[in-house]
Amino acid sequence: MDNIQYILNGMVREALSPQTAAVAIAVIGLNIHFGFTGLLNMGQSAFMLLGAYGFAISIWHGLPMILGILFGFGAAFIFALILGAPTLKLRGDYLAIVTISAAEIIRYVGRSALLVDFTGSAQGIPGSKYTTAFDNLSFFGNGSFTLIPFNYRDVADGAAWVRVIGWILVVAVITLIVLRLRRGGAFEGIAQAALTALMFVVGIFLIFFLFPVPYLSSEWWVRFVAWALVFACTAVVFLLVRSPWGRALRGIREDEDAIRSLGKNVFAIKMQALVIGGLFGALGGMVYVLSSSVQPDSMGRSLTFFCYTALLLGGAATIFGPVLGSVLFFAGRIGIKYIAATYVPDSVMSGQQTEQFSYIVVGVALMLLVIFRPQGILGNKRELRFNV
Amino acid sequence: MSDQMAQPTAASGMADPAARRALTGGFAPEPGSAKPDPILVVDNIVRQFGGMTAVDVGHLEVQRGLITALIGPNGAGKTTFFNLITGFDRPTTAGKGAHWAFDGRTLDKTSASSVARAGMVRTFQLTKALSAMTVIENMMLGAQDQAGENLFKSMFRGTWAKQEREIEAKADELLGRFKLYEKKHDYAGSLSGGQRKLLEMARALMSDPKMIMLDEPMAGVNPALTQSLLGHVQSLRDEGMTVLFVEHDMHVVRHISDWVAVMAEGKLVAEGPADTVMSDQAVIDAYLGAHHDTDLGDDALLTDEAIEELEEEVAAEREAEEETK
Repeated sequence: MDNIQYILNGMVREALSPQTAAVAIAVIGLNIHFGFTGLLNMGQSAFMLLGAYGFAISIWHGLPMILGILFGFGAAFIFALILGAPTLKLRGDYLAIVTISAAEIIRYVGRSALLVDFTGSAQGIPGSKYTTAFDNLSFFGNGSFTLIPFNYRDVADGAAWVRVIGWILVVAVITLIVLRLRRGGAFEGIAQAALTALMFVVGIFLIFFLFPVPYLSSEWWVRFVAWALVFACTAVVFLLVRSPWGRALRGIREDEDAIRSLGKNVFAIKMQALVIGGLFGALGGMVYVLSSSVQPDSMGRSLTFFCYTALLLGGAATIFGPVLGSVLFFAGRIGIKYIAATYVPDSVMSGQQTEQFSYIVVGVALMLLVIFRPQGILGNKRELRFNV
Repeated sequence: MSDQMAQPTAASGMADPAARRALTGGFAPEPGSAKPDPILVVDNIVRQFGGMTAVDVGHLEVQRGLITALIGPNGAGKTTFFNLITGFDRPTTAGKGAHWAFDGRTLDKTSASSVARAGMVRTFQLTKALSAMTVIENMMLGAQDQAGENLFKSMFRGTWAKQEREIEAKADELLGRFKLYEKKHDYAGSLSGGQRKLLEMARALMSDPKMIMLDEPMAGVNPALTQSLLGHVQSLRDEGMTVLFVEHDMHVVRHISDWVAVMAEGKLVAEGPADTVMSDQAVIDAYLGAHHDTDLGDDALLTDEAIEELEEEVAAEREAEEETK
């Protein structure tokens, strides 16, 4: 029982971490590219890295934080224009080739020793050089706290049955929310939206009741900002894709020539989508480095593929898919790792091997997902297309 | 030509068959003939794929308000010609003498989307219904000048909600006319082939085009639906729209077209009213074949004598051809 509690606690901690939120924001951007417009962007990590560099380098060199944020967005904006101008008139595959190589170029330039005064080369920029301004904005005070002041240990001394019932309830609430979102009716009536929101709040309370995670105030501050940004980005995407502009995006995903024959400037709309998704990526990159450091190798190809896994898991071309997918992806991976570390003896699998094992399982899971449920958890099968 | 232009028949409604016959009777039945009020004028369009010349049209005028059919054998360059004038392809002669103008506006360097915005909307031979979107979404994509398609306005519903309602009302009306209203919320992918053709035509009409270009609108459509499609095409003409269409079914061409242009091996080889063109020897040789009036499903043709007779004729033709070489 304690083992299970330990594993689930670790999963909740990972699900809540600012890096999960950061990846969720980047996946929201990737969803605009891949899910709604059908742009095969294989370099979302480069948008993240550019956002992080713009943000960190500016602040490190004494500029105010707001300028750092603008520089981060500016870098991603220019990157999107440079990538899009030659490729968006061609077939989708070319964008994929160009983005994957451009992402590697950005990473290698970041690693280069020539730019050590700006990027810190391969060692990167330690967080202490740029996070002070952000930490100073915190209104969470000092010390450490858990999010709600009581937890399972306060009820019947944390007896096993309290936790088991709680876990079942959590699973039930999450399933209900997912079902509600999948039917797509979540936003049709105010009552329904309110009900979903209520279930959401109940679910959050239950989770914090069952898995108390004590953090320093500054750590809560990063998490608070990161998740607030995730929900803000989700709202922005919701507003964008329900509009005629979003309809044109989906039309382009289906058939560019048809949209062209209807008098729409396909190139301009694709460019707008590439830029918007890239800006989300840059924001994700800035959040990603708030609780760690800017390291070019931490934002490489593998991060792009994690983004795709999270997107496909949650469901491409859905509003909440990216968030759900990111949370499940990171929490699930940690869960696999902890289970392997707890239950598989060291003679079979060492501590380091559990890390690799978790990635193998994730890779296999992605393959199974694409084969058996290509629309993801929230996706609509009839709207799904992989013919980019 | 200028005195003809003064005739009231040219631009006004062409609903009266007698008026149409009177008008087309004035055109010279020869390739590249001048029309009193051309909505589309094409000059010197050549498209080569490597060494092969797919399209080589010297001059073509399309009269406003009429149904013009473009016929020709497979590989004659009809669809390529469509692609060229609608901006989906660029002529090899671009910048070297290729000119085409629509409704007085030069389109030499215009992109496909601007051509559509100028009022010349096309459909495709292989229907491009957006199958993972609903019928009504397909329709609403066809409307022009939507405020909500501006990225900065799109997030604020207030800036486009009213226009959206107007567009939807218009789409509903067109769907009703094309008998697709019950399918409004179905995915376009669930429609039959013929219904997709209807949807594509209706979607093209959402932009209130001046001229609609249909690429094989009747291909793969059952006879009953063909009848209704023909009715729609004719009613478009009667409302003052110009129609240019590619079609292989000669009955269709004869039935609805006011004027026929024939292409073969990329060139414009004949023009004229349907009946005249179809009895033209060049057209028969290039396209229709000597037996185009014969019903190949007729049992009488299946007798041995009839087949022998046909074989003899074919052999004689081949000999004649070899002699001329």
